[in-house]
Amino acid sequence: MTAPVISVRDLRRSYGRGSGRFDALKGVSLDVAAGESVAIVGKSGSGKSTLMHLMALMDEPTGGSVELDGEDAARLAGRAVNRIRNRAFGFVFQQFFLTPNQSVLENVVLPLKIAGVPSGERRRRGMAALEQLGLADKARNRAVDLSGGQKQRVVIARALVGEPRVIFADEPTGNLDSTTGAVVEDILFSLNRERGITLVVVTHDDDLAARCHRRVHIKDGLIEQIEEAAA
Amino acid sequence: MRAVDLLTTAIGSTFRSKTRTTLTILAIFVGAFTLTITNGLGTGVNRYIDDTVAGFGASDVLSVTKTPADGISTGPRSGPRPYEPDTATTSGGRGAAGPGAGRGSAAVAVMTQSDLDALSAIDGVERVEPVRPVSVDYVQFGDGAKYVIGTGSRATGQTATMAAGAPPDDASGELELALPSEFVAPLGFADAQDAVGRNVTLAVTDATRQQHTVTAVVTGVSESAFTLGGGAAGMLPNEALVSALYSAQQTGVQPDQQNRYTQAQVRFSSSLTPTEVAALQSRLSDAGFESTTIAQQLGTFKSVIDGIVLVLDAFAVLALLAASFGIVNTLYMSVQERTREIGLMKAMGMGSGRVFALFSIEAVFIGFLGSAIGVLGGMGVGSAVSRMLGRTVLSDLQGLQLVAFDGVSIAGVIVLVMAIAFLAGTLPAARAARQDPVESLRYE
Repeated sequence: MTAPVISVRDLRRSYGRGSGRFDALKGVSLDVAAGESVAIVGKSGSGKSTLMHLMALMDEPTGGSVELDGEDAARLAGRAVNRIRNRAFGFVFQQFFLTPNQSVLENVVLPLKIAGVPSGERRRRGMAALEQLGLADKARNRAVDLSGGQKQRVVIARALVGEPRVIFADEPTGNLDSTTGAVVEDILFSLNRERGITLVVVTHDDDLAARCHRRVHIKDGLIEQIEEAAA
Repeated sequence: MRAVDLLTTAIGSTFRSKTRTTLTILAIFVGAFTLTITNGLGTGVNRYIDDTVAGFGASDVLSVTKTPADGISTGPRSGPRPYEPDTATTSGGRGAAGPGAGRGSAAVAVMTQSDLDALSAIDGVERVEPVRPVSVDYVQFGDGAKYVIGTGSRATGQTATMAAGAPPDDASGELELALPSEFVAPLGFADAQDAVGRNVTLAVTDATRQQHTVTAVVTGVSESAFTLGGGAAGMLPNEALVSALYSAQQTGVQPDQQNRYTQAQVRFSSSLTPTEVAALQSRLSDAGFESTTIAQQLGTFKSVIDGIVLVLDAFAVLALLAASFGIVNTLYMSVQERTREIGLMKAMGMGSGRVFALFSIEAVFIGFLGSAIGVLGGMGVGSAVSRMLGRTVLSDLQGLQLVAFDGVSIAGVIVLVMAIAFLAGTLPAARAARQDPVESLRYE
């Protein structure tokens, strides 16, 4: 088995304090191997999004640890964490989070802009990513003028443009009809297969979950069950 | 994120909400506009004093008066003053650079030759010249009409702005004078150039009510300018003419009443530093003489103008403060609207410092736009108004540009507004920088 890219140990996350305290995660341990695809499944409020945010270093755990390539993330400086999120991770969100009045290309190259890549190279790499997703002709359109499926493909292009090792997808097909949803799924899994990009998908769509190597079922802040795919 | 990207992104987002940005810019515009006008007013008036009145600025001359024996009657005082046979009252009417300028009526002791000798003996004094007040009855060209004319008392070394010809030469033995430009047409000259080189007749009355005339040559025509003592400009005689007029005027004065002066001019080395001049003044003061430099006389005048401008500036800064709340409000709304965008950028690894910089730059840019437009508007309106007033109300004061601008103070206004905008922007920018990406992305 390949070494884990991300491993979490006894991860806990609580919100509030005193009587209003709410434990979103109550001790979760999980290894994500390089190149695999993992679905985190559960009802809303089960803690699955919290788990993804912690794995993506967007949030800090109340207890337990998150390790990247065997290194404890808690020991990394804020700047280093920012760099990892920028370089190693890509994000796909259910609500897209595109800046409406900017062009598609500008939206796609945002991670490169944050990384400080010069504008010529930004443009080249942004166009290459759009090309892959069949959106090169839309590069100059405003993001707001695209259809839902096109928007989600732009979001994937944005996640892809920094050549990340892991893509975190939070309900990537949640806002799409089943046909476009299937197209987006195909794109994500082909990236996983062909480029070896690790995929962490949070979903309650059973079809999408079924296509992942593993399905981690979360209930009330704990792992209820981990299913290995038959394939 | 690279600095240039930070800058373009911030500027780009400034224009995203045009109405809101425009209104904020307008608020800043008002402040910057006012500040520009008030500043320009200060610059214009002070520059006018510097330029036109540079004549008074012979920097190596002190106006000296004698302190009366009791030592307290100098300067304005309340209540009637006891009569003293050896004091004279100077009033603003006497001369432009008179000792009473700016002080109203003041009593000074009369100076005699022995006082002048005492002055000469003081260390640092190079030359002493008594100021001989001359009161001319009229001036006449040929057989033309007679006009009353004042005598501008020139500080030695004073330069005047000439409309034609040259200033009278003190070294010359000829009787020379410069006429103010107002007198050119009434006296019957075709124009200023025509007057140069012509002879005019001046009349003075002596102690026995006898009128004497003196003929002098016009060497130049001076531009009418503002005088410290106020009133119409007078002619500028040279040394020789003053002597001639003075001696004509002294005819019949009893010998013991002759050569009594209220004021003298002391020349010192022009290489003295201001501290050395102050030391000289204190030596004069010890010897019982009061002295003022030209710079001191102009200084009071300029500080009054500076004071007025300062008060006006304070109003402009108040307007800017009000505008800065507009900036705070605009940016808070902007941060609120872009919560998700900020969350996304932070999730993608943008540091808090960069987010802070992004919004601060936006604030500073809004400040820059408002101030640049305000300064341009202020300069445009200020120049137009100044030109208009120069042609109408203030046309008597040739060379006065009421509202003038200099680069440093204009740049100062812009920088000040940008600094205020930055300070106003720190609150919203800090809020943006503090945002938690998870919270922001959950925000609907």
